[in-house]
Amino acid sequence: MVVGASLAGLRAAERLRKEGFRGELIVMGSEEHLPYDRPPLSKELLKGEREAGDIALRGGAEVDAEWLLGETAAGLDLSARVIRTESGRALSFDGLVIATGSAPRRLPNLDPELPGIFELRTLEHSLELRTHLRRSPHLLVVGCGFIGVEVASTARALGAEVTVVSLDPPLAIAGELISGVCAAMLADHGVNLHIGRTVAEVLGDDRFEGVVLDNGTRIEADLALVAVGAAPVTGWLEGSGLELNNGVLCDSSCAAIGVENVVAAGDVARWPNPVFDSAPMRIEHWTNAVEQGSAAALTLLNGSGPDTVYAPVPSFWSDHFGTRLQSVGLPALADETTVVDGSLEERRFVAACRRDGRLVGAITYGMPRGLLKYRLALARGEPSAPEASLAS
Amino acid sequence: MRIIVDRDLCDLHGQCVLTAPDIFRFDDEGELQYLPEVEGEMAARAESAASVCPTGAIEIKP
Repeated sequence: MVVGASLAGLRAAERLRKEGFRGELIVMGSEEHLPYDRPPLSKELLKGEREAGDIALRGGAEVDAEWLLGETAAGLDLSARVIRTESGRALSFDGLVIATGSAPRRLPNLDPELPGIFELRTLEHSLELRTHLRRSPHLLVVGCGFIGVEVASTARALGAEVTVVSLDPPLAIAGELISGVCAAMLADHGVNLHIGRTVAEVLGDDRFEGVVLDNGTRIEADLALVAVGAAPVTGWLEGSGLELNNGVLCDSSCAAIGVENVVAAGDVARWPNPVFDSAPMRIEHWTNAVEQGSAAALTLLNGSGPDTVYAPVPSFWSDHFGTRLQSVGLPALADETTVVDGSLEERRFVAACRRDGRLVGAITYGMPRGLLKYRLALARGEPSAPEASLAS
Repeated sequence: MRIIVDRDLCDLHGQCVLTAPDIFRFDDEGELQYLPEVEGEMAARAESAASVCPTGAIEIKP
């Protein structure tokens, strides 16, 4: 049984079959769609360059599994080995892959139920926002992570006025150096930036009309996108006996701690990555969903052990304002980031990220070739990070 | 196993280069180059590289 029908769940199902699993295989997901690719939701799909039918994930239609779509898991009974669904079904299983992903964090005063306030996680969210963006509105983006920056870029390209409000600097996960470059990029593209600020008050009763910031600045806008990060979807696992702490706690092979035949993968899984010492981490990147889905499936079949340890060098990318940011390792851990190639002024460079003098990652705008040697060094395990903590 | 890269889909992310640098590489012009046929261990790495291609541009065929 695979719970979660997105990237990690699909790659887990594929790996189970590839490794020769011949039993019944059910993949359950709360969305009505076969697995689709989420990165285009803030870019090509939102912009109108691609349509819903263009973003199906490869392999979704081919894998030999029963798809239970539009069905949401509501509870897990580990002693009976049964999953209860919101529609009242009880599904028994022998082995379980938990791949329920993450859901957008919400802010108490910015309720997506109010017309004009949006969040971005699903195909429907993207298409709805796209419809509104076609009217050249003033869009307020709350949050300045990958989704905030990418939507700001797309909305500017579509002719919208864009204002960003964020407590954290842009792309904080990429480190201070990138934050500075990205802030300059946003400003150059006409985005109004309010960094270090929060929303104190929302204007409008029946629909969103704007905000007042914590410093008293009043901003009138037509739409708001709340993009302040995501939280792992573990509500359905409360009380099940699984160890939950910012995700499902797993061993280094992605097996859930303390139970038999349950593994987790993707945004929802938190495991100790040997590349970065022993502190468990949770990684929301696309590449991790692919690799961890596959790794967790192998663990489900073969058990935890030296042959199933999941030790990836994480990587991410983000396309915005006509350029691409890419990283290997965990730049967020760095206390020192040094440009080693290219130039900051041209916004085309490679930077090495170190913590206490040890390599923890590398990051680039526009020079992907420059990442390889750092990726190899990290994979060889040359230097590891002391007490890696990715608390988000 | 044969490796086929759809050049129209390839967006030069380089995830394949990072995953299997013995099979995929960027040349001096920044173009992607790769071995057209691989076997055994290398074929498994080529499949890993295909799975992390963000645009699904890499196909591995028997």
